[in-house]
Amino acid sequence: MPVKHTTVATTGNSMVADAMRQCAPDVVAAYPITPQTTIVEEFARYVAQGRVHTEYVTTESEHSAMSACIGASAAGARVITATCGPGLAMMWEMLYIASGMRLPIVMLNTNRTLSAPINIHCDHSDVMGARDAGWILLFAETAQEAYDNTIMSVRIAEDPDVLLPVMSCLDGFITTHSIGRAQTMDDESVKSFVGDYTPQNALLDVENPVSHGNFVFLGGPYIEFKRSQRIAMDRSKSVIERVGAEFSELSGRPFSLVETDMMEDAEVAIVVMGSSAGNVRHVARQMRAEGVKAGLVKVRCFRPFPATELVAALSGLKAVAVLDRSESFGAEGGPLFTETRSALYDLERRIPIVNYIYGLGGSDVRLDLIKSVFTDLSDIAGGGVVPEGLNYLGAR
Amino acid sequence: MVWRPGGKGKAMQQLTEIRWHARAGQGAVTAAKLVAETALAADQYMQAMPEYGPERMGAPIKAFTRISPEPIDIQCNIENPDVVVVLDDSLLDVVNVVEGLETDGAVIVNTCTPPEDVKRALGLADSVTVACVDASGIALDTIKRDIPNTPMVGALSKVTGAIDLDAVKGLLVKTFGKKFSQEIIDANLASVDRAYEEVTTA
Repeated sequence: MPVKHTTVATTGNSMVADAMRQCAPDVVAAYPITPQTTIVEEFARYVAQGRVHTEYVTTESEHSAMSACIGASAAGARVITATCGPGLAMMWEMLYIASGMRLPIVMLNTNRTLSAPINIHCDHSDVMGARDAGWILLFAETAQEAYDNTIMSVRIAEDPDVLLPVMSCLDGFITTHSIGRAQTMDDESVKSFVGDYTPQNALLDVENPVSHGNFVFLGGPYIEFKRSQRIAMDRSKSVIERVGAEFSELSGRPFSLVETDMMEDAEVAIVVMGSSAGNVRHVARQMRAEGVKAGLVKVRCFRPFPATELVAALSGLKAVAVLDRSESFGAEGGPLFTETRSALYDLERRIPIVNYIYGLGGSDVRLDLIKSVFTDLSDIAGGGVVPEGLNYLGAR
Repeated sequence: MVWRPGGKGKAMQQLTEIRWHARAGQGAVTAAKLVAETALAADQYMQAMPEYGPERMGAPIKAFTRISPEPIDIQCNIENPDVVVVLDDSLLDVVNVVEGLETDGAVIVNTCTPPEDVKRALGLADSVTVACVDASGIALDTIKRDIPNTPMVGALSKVTGAIDLDAVKGLLVKTFGKKFSQEIIDANLASVDRAYEEVTTA
């Protein structure tokens, strides 16, 4: 059966709720939080309407939501949830338990910053706080990518070579609440793409009794457990690529860990994740009209970190800027910057690389700010000095 | 003078950027959605996004709409709108509604004041089109409530041509049909028609 695409004008959250319904989780346990709320509201409506047969568990906090997800997943259920910002922070303890127990839980994270000052808007400080929690981390530029990533996440998490939880991120308000044009696929195509879930080591498989998350005495195999998680995370990279390629075949839309635009002959480029990639693409086109050979390098997967792919994309450049939508106070730069620079260390030639912190707490990522980065890069490529110190885009 | 979209020197051909000014509760978000869906019906690309903030009833709010025949990459607020729609004329003294407006842009205001007077009060150049319509009066007459959003979409259609009047009405029937009585749908349709007819420009 060929895929039936339907063009819609809707929000990112609505797209994601629809993808959740199509993936037909056995259990969803969630607690509402802005700007994630409309995902779980819409999904709860699908359950109430009988359009999806899911056990929907309303919990009293995000800590409990993730705990319920862990219990359900260990029992053998396909589990999806959603949260963001302070909700994700409250889940923190349980995130490590989900990955340590190798549970293929899928979670939508509608990137929201952390207080104080109180702010409900977008940045990536929530997910970056969880970057070492053993979850695969995917990012979306658009509502379309958020929909696509949701569907792919289920396949990636449940792959027998992976068995790790996946967090699929979309930018709060910017992607979650703005209405745009996107395409959904028919239910049957998504259903057959994700397939039926065959749990490994399910607690409810009474013929094969197992226990999960046991106490490991000092001297017991704790470090070996962690190494096995590391190996699974490294192995997941090729699985993500394979699932992405299969999905591209189905959807007609591209997917790779690192997506490049105008990079064939580029001399300078901006590395970025999430919704601002569109702004960079737009401004790069304008810069090219002004004679600057500008390009975009968009990172769609932060964990596992696509170091090889980034090096391949950046190795020929004269100057690189990395935009971070989160702070890592006291570090050498934002998380995307430090890892990108580290990936470039083994190159023979040293490429000038600059970090910019931008868009914190939803501050508007204006086109002139992106243009100023390309202008800096153009100066550096022409022999100018790499700016030192803090580069906070748009800070007054 | 009737304003027509036409590129406005922006990088994308025929990208139309609309900024809405309203007070929370007046339905600016609903109007922006209606415009977005109308654009989709005409096989255009679109974006509609409210600027979320302290959403207390009556507070000044902004919403943004982009319409283009090509996919839209930009994801930020609209600094230089082609069209500004003002749902409440009391905002004219409170907010600089024409900030960043393109020199050949258009302003559409829900007001009883003639467009010449609004143009003078806002200190706008001759190249800017000012269009005025008593959308609140029309809404009170037809819908029996002061919800100026739907008639303002009718005025937007007339002044800019960026969206088609029949497409707007078709979508109203489709989206309201599930929730409201025929009487309410007819009232909304009448409000769109009247605003389309009654809007005056300077």
